[in-house]
Amino acid sequence: MVYENPDGVMVGLEIHVQLNKLATKLFCGCSTDYHTSQPNTHVCPVCMGLPGCLPVLNKRAVEYAIRIGLALNCEIVEQTQFHRKNYYYPDLPKGFQTTQYDYPIVSDGRVVIEGEDGEHVVRIRRAHMEEDPGRLMHMGSIDRSKGTLIDYNRSGMALIEIVSEPDMRSPREARRFLDKLRNILEYLDVFDSTLEGSMRVDANISIGGGDRTEVKNISSHKGAERALLYEIMRQKNIKRRGEEVVMETRHFDEARGVTISMRTKEEEHDYRYFPEPDLVPMRVGSWVDGILETLPELPDARRSRFISDYGMVDTHAKALTSDIRVADFYEEVASKVDPAAAAVWVSDVLKGELNYRDLTIASFNVENMVKIIELVASGKITEKGAVEIIRNILDEGGSPMDIVKEKGLLKVEGDVVDEAVGEVLKENPDALEDYFAGKEKSLNFLVGQVMKKTRGRADARSVREMMLEEIDKNYR
Amino acid sequence: MITKEQVEHIGWLARVNIDEEDASEFASELSTVLDYFGQLDEVDTSDVKPTYHVADIMNVFREDEPRGSLEQDAILANAEEVQDGYIKTPKII
Repeated sequence: MVYENPDGVMVGLEIHVQLNKLATKLFCGCSTDYHTSQPNTHVCPVCMGLPGCLPVLNKRAVEYAIRIGLALNCEIVEQTQFHRKNYYYPDLPKGFQTTQYDYPIVSDGRVVIEGEDGEHVVRIRRAHMEEDPGRLMHMGSIDRSKGTLIDYNRSGMALIEIVSEPDMRSPREARRFLDKLRNILEYLDVFDSTLEGSMRVDANISIGGGDRTEVKNISSHKGAERALLYEIMRQKNIKRRGEEVVMETRHFDEARGVTISMRTKEEEHDYRYFPEPDLVPMRVGSWVDGILETLPELPDARRSRFISDYGMVDTHAKALTSDIRVADFYEEVASKVDPAAAAVWVSDVLKGELNYRDLTIASFNVENMVKIIELVASGKITEKGAVEIIRNILDEGGSPMDIVKEKGLLKVEGDVVDEAVGEVLKENPDALEDYFAGKEKSLNFLVGQVMKKTRGRADARSVREMMLEEIDKNYR
Repeated sequence: MITKEQVEHIGWLARVNIDEEDASEFASELSTVLDYFGQLDEVDTSDVKPTYHVADIMNVFREDEPRGSLEQDAILANAEEVQDGYIKTPKII
């Protein structure tokens, strides 16, 4: 099926990724470990731009930037340098941001995403290094605040700004691209997405070849999808009234789910870019081969390996590799029990239960998963019992064996089931009639009644067999 | 030639209020400066490589090892207004 893009939606993203696995900031030795600290306690003269201080570039940050470039199939530039981007705003006490301009460290890459009509390439225009500004907290909503509080702990954190071409055609594609990007960056071990502000998105969007608007300050993937949906609707309404969309910068208000027009944006020449005189140029082309050797297995490669090594279906492979923690969890479980069973239990059941509760894989441990799968494999509990144990652990904690004992989940067989089958057939003559009249569904109902009587501890497949036997023997 | 409007725009970028009279004066002064740069522009530099730094050095890096930061009091010392460890400014959009 060919995906139609009736409104001519074009979305390009600029993603600021904080390299928060570094120990220090981009240009100074201040620790990056500030997330639980008091404001303005991880700040030094370089962060504040005090006279006489000198920034010195973090070598590992450059290595990380090259790692990212290679993972995104980019070209790595031979020689590069930093520029000053001048603007007057209190998030940067220096009055300028140190960033890269005409020679970004990497450019011209590509990422494959699950598009609206199959796999789809999103081109990466460039990715450059820059410092994060300080954090501004508006007192109240941004358009009605009484004042602004500033924390410079974040000021100087290393960022990679990744700029895509406008290759996404729907908010959902944009979200999938962000998910994929986050996944790749976590595999590279350069970034922890669970820390606040680790990934911030600006989105450019146009419809029907009109002018584009830029929506800034989107802080989550869900937010990006919502902001884009709102912006498409807003632009459509403008066109419906016969007016034109004007090029402008808009702010996304997460709480209200709307975009609001912001200040007049500085034009590029207003930033008066010039080469940063305090930092010397870099020639890092020779690093590339060495870094290439240290590159880990990336999500797409791991997905293929899961299919070939464990013989799982593609949907399972995709679900299990779309988060490095889940993939690692799975491989640990699979090393101890049947990998095929593990694939089903982790991707279909556990992930579903986690999503439902908005939890991550960190909420469940490998030993418990292994134990549960063993209990099912040995026939001690039913699949239904296993699901109950998983839910119980997530909601109240506890170990599988304790829950089995506490809830009496050991599978019942033989006489108990026999008896239940007999009772159900006696109690439900109407359903039996229906079955004889050709209604296959009523058999399911009868099996369901047995399951109810045995509180889910019987094996549904054997109940079905026993039921058919019993009907043949005593009711025909 | 630099115009009064351009001076006012530069003032806006730098968040500096410039009154009418000064704007005209700055416009003519800045024009003189720009004229001088205009003369420099006429020099043929097609064979000259760009020079961003006087010293011919490359690749100055630092290992990713933390060093101490300043005390919070020192950071806040220069702020006009402070609240709960934050520097406070008037509303900014």
